[in-house]
Formats: sequence, structure tokens, C-alpha cells
Amino acid sequence: MRRILVGVKRVIDYNVRVRVRPDGSGVVTDGVKMSANPFDSIALEEALRLRERGEADEIVAVSVGPAESQQQLRDALAMGADRAILVKADGSIEPPAVARVLLELVKRESPRLVILGKQAIDDDCNQTGQMLAAFWNRPQATFASKIEIQGEVARVTREVDAGLEMIEVDLPAVCTTDLRLNEPRYIKLPDIMKAKKKPLDIVELASLGVDAAPVLKVLKHEPPPQRQKGIMLKDAAELVAALKQKGLA
Amino acid sequence: MNRVLIVAEHLDGKLNAAVAKCVSCAASIPDAEISIAVLAKDGTEVSAAAAAIHGVKRVLLVKNPANEPALAAVLAPQIARLAEGHGFVLGPSTTYGKDLMPRVAALLGAPQVSDVMAVESATRFRRPVYAGNAIATVEAPAGRQIVATVRVASWPAAPQGGAAPVESPALDVPLPASTRFVSVSAARSDRPDLQTAARVVSGGRALGSAENFRLIQGLADRLGAAIGASRAAVDAGYAPNEMQVGQTGKIISPELYVAIGISGAIQHLTGIKDARTIVAINKDAEAPIFEVADYGLVGDLFTLVPEIEKLL
Repeated sequence: MRRILVGVKRVIDYNVRVRVRPDGSGVVTDGVKMSANPFDSIALEEALRLRERGEADEIVAVSVGPAESQQQLRDALAMGADRAILVKADGSIEPPAVARVLLELVKRESPRLVILGKQAIDDDCNQTGQMLAAFWNRPQATFASKIEIQGEVARVTREVDAGLEMIEVDLPAVCTTDLRLNEPRYIKLPDIMKAKKKPLDIVELASLGVDAAPVLKVLKHEPPPQRQKGIMLKDAAELVAALKQKGLA
Repeated sequence: MNRVLIVAEHLDGKLNAAVAKCVSCAASIPDAEISIAVLAKDGTEVSAAAAAIHGVKRVLLVKNPANEPALAAVLAPQIARLAEGHGFVLGPSTTYGKDLMPRVAALLGAPQVSDVMAVESATRFRRPVYAGNAIATVEAPAGRQIVATVRVASWPAAPQGGAAPVESPALDVPLPASTRFVSVSAARSDRPDLQTAARVVSGGRALGSAENFRLIQGLADRLGAAIGASRAAVDAGYAPNEMQVGQTGKIISPELYVAIGISGAIQHLTGIKDARTIVAINKDAEAPIFEVADYGLVGDLFTLVPEIEKLL
């Protein structure tokens, strides 16, 4: 069975304007729309396309998080994943612990490819995929904008500071997705109904034997310093004069 | 004493400018003793450049043909070995560092603090979360090794003037062959590097096409600026990915940032907040970019940009 494991993290929706709680204990989540991390939706879409191209037989969507993450896994099943696993973890769980949990699932599922988002848009850590690859002692291809599988090798184009880099990795491997990899499909209503019948296993974190206690303590959250609103100018000449005065032109 | 190891990013024999910024970050850790690790095929020039940064105690040069082009899976085990005895291992928050450092952290069994923007003590750091909508203060346990990436835009470059010795430690680390470099397609240009440029001119979706996007080149030429782009412009194919500025692209801190036809989504604004002066040109007077701009100009960019260029 050529299996792909895809990570799905429940995060505050991309379009929500995130606000810090007045007491600094975190950000406001009450009544806030939650969604799958957008990079994870790209990861799932890529897995679906690989299956459509005959490069995979089964796609397993995995989430490590609170019970409510079942909603995002149901969405993943509706998008086309074959089954889902929720590793139930309450409270903060850091990237190294998530990577350890994923490693346990990798041992059980023996995927040929694990595709994760390059970062979650809540903590913006950008760590989990690389850490999983290290713990697993397998190659990593991060920030992917193209994935091609040829036999037991994946050729991955990566978005790097210099431009586009292509690397070749032996499978199994870990890929993390960048924005331009694909555009995730929309979920269709009948698929939501069908997804209800697909298997979603719930695993207790403790049963995996992973120490998931946070190592870093978040002491407080603060709103970022605000920039002062500047002045509106009436034409190009005023702008150029202002820049020259500041020594910027 | 807090021993800090900085991983030197380099390309084509040139030390990345982000490394001197990492040195500033490292120097703000109390009682820091700073070493820089250069993993290269040859590395003579790169290690000389690293040794010349003020505040650097020593440079550790590891020569190996396998080290270029840089592959995280190959570099990480070597860095993990070099990191022995160092309380801190730092790398820049560039795609190079973002790819490499978590792999190093995992090999070391250390936590990673991503995108450090301020050091409050040897265990306490500030970093942006939620696309910069919140700043988190994070405390690491004392006495435990910490890996961190340095938010380049938050730190000044450490000055020149150092004369650190270059050592060549022998490393006997098995390196994997399961990851192989194939190619890189990079647009070579004479423009300053976007990440560290003093001036940046960026274009957005309002430019309308890849052809129109070239309109901003003239202005960038006049200002001696690097060129950036919004995510929308990159997604639409007007500009290549390496030009993207924002939460998931480059976070920059130029003296001057000129946003042309960019509405200013929060994900974009997080990438430019540290710019000294922001200029926005947009036909929509309600665009959020004007909330952060020092100078705003409402109007048709296709008229305004050539006018500005002529006046400069």
C-alpha cells in the first residue's frame, strides 16, 4: 500500500483579524472561526493529486490537537482523504512533540511520503516537518512548489530566497508545502455526507508514549507596536520633495 | 559564559548579510562567547568574512565537497556535532535557516525558538506569532541547549573590525546520500538583495500583468532599490516567488519601502512593519496600506510612477 500521511492543524481562520486578550494570556478565540491551516490544505490537495496521478493508494489525514480538530479532519475526508486519525492533545503542544507523535504514526502506517504545511499560521514556527524528518532519519524537502514522484524518488522544486531550487530525495521522505504548490479544491456538499462514513480514529496522546509536555513557557502575548498613521500627499512632486528632505531620494 | 554557535549561510563564496545580524542577536545574550560555523566546499573567503565581524571569538571551518550546494540533511548532523558544548545554536530566519535549524534542533533534542526579535535574558525571548498580530514572550528552561532562528529584520548588522582565528575541527560524521541537489534557477541581477536592501520598491496585483510589473523597475533603478512583490502579484505570476514580502515570504526592514498597487493585507504588512519609512501609492484611498504608510498618494499608479521617476 503506497500511503501518504498528511498533517492537518486546527487554527484560527486565515481571514480573522487576530486580537490579543486584554490580560495577555493569549489571543481571543471565543466565537472565532477555526479552519484547517491553509498550508495543510495545500498538503492534502497535493496528496489527492498524487493519488489521481496513480502515485498513491491511500491518504491518511492526521491531526494532533483538541477534540474539536475532528471538524477539520471531517473536512479533510470530505476533500478526499481516505481516513483520518486524531491524536487528542489538550493545551499547548510544541513542534518537537508533534513531530514525535507523527513519528509514532509513521511507524504504524509506513507511509512513502508525509506532506505537512511549511508552517502553521498561528504559532508561525516552521519546525514540525524538519523535525519529523530528523527523528525519522529521512530526507526533507521543505517549501515545495512542485512535487514529482519517479519510482522511489521524489523530485521537489523548493521556493528558496535565491529562487527555485530542485532537489531529489529518496522515499520515504517528508515534504512541506509552500503557497504555489497548488490551489486546494472546494468541498462539495455530497462529499460532506460521504465523509461522515469514512473512518476517523481517535487516539489518546498518552497511548503513544510521547512526552508532550511543553518545554518553552509562553509568559505573555502583547499586541505589536502600532505604526503611526502618516500623511497623505497630493501629488508626485510632494512625495519626491518629502523623500528628498529625508535623504531618501 | 554563554557559548553561542552561529551557522553561517553563504552562497557562491559570499557570506550572507544576515549572519552579521545573527551576531548582533547573539551578542545580546548576556555573557556571550560567539563562534561561527562555516560548512563549505572551500570556505576560505566565507570564513575570512565571518572572522571579520566584530564580536566573533572564533570561526569553525568545516571543508567538505558535500557541503555545497547546501542541503539541510547533510549539514544538520555536522552542525549538531559542532554544537556540543554550546548553549545556543543560532541561524538566520531565511529559507536556509528555516529549513536547516529545526533539523539541527531535533538532532540535539533541543527546543527551537523561531524568529527571535528580542533577547530579554539568556532564557527569555520575544517572537512574533499570528503573522505578527501578537508578540509572544517565551521562556526556555535554564541550563538547556536552545536552538533559535533570528528574525533578520529585527537586528542591525554587527560592525566589521573583528579578527577572529579560523579553526578547522576534524568532524567524523556519517552524511546521508538520500538527498541530492539537482539545480537552482535564480534570476541573477545587479540589484541589491531584497532581504537586506536599504530601499525596496514593491508591486502588487494592481499592476495587472507581468509586463506592467516592469513599470516599477525604472523607479527601483532610480532609487537603487531591490524589488519586492505582494503575495497576490506572485500568485498571479507577475513576479517570481523570491520577491514575495510578507508572513510567508521575506520579512524586511529597509530604510525606505515603496508599496505600489498593494492594498496591504495583514500578511503583507507583517513583512514591512520594521521599514523606517513606508510610501504607499494606491488608487483606493481606503486601502489598509495607508494605515501604516508614512506617506500616502492616492491615484493611478500608471500615471504616478512615471511622474515620480522623472522627478527623482
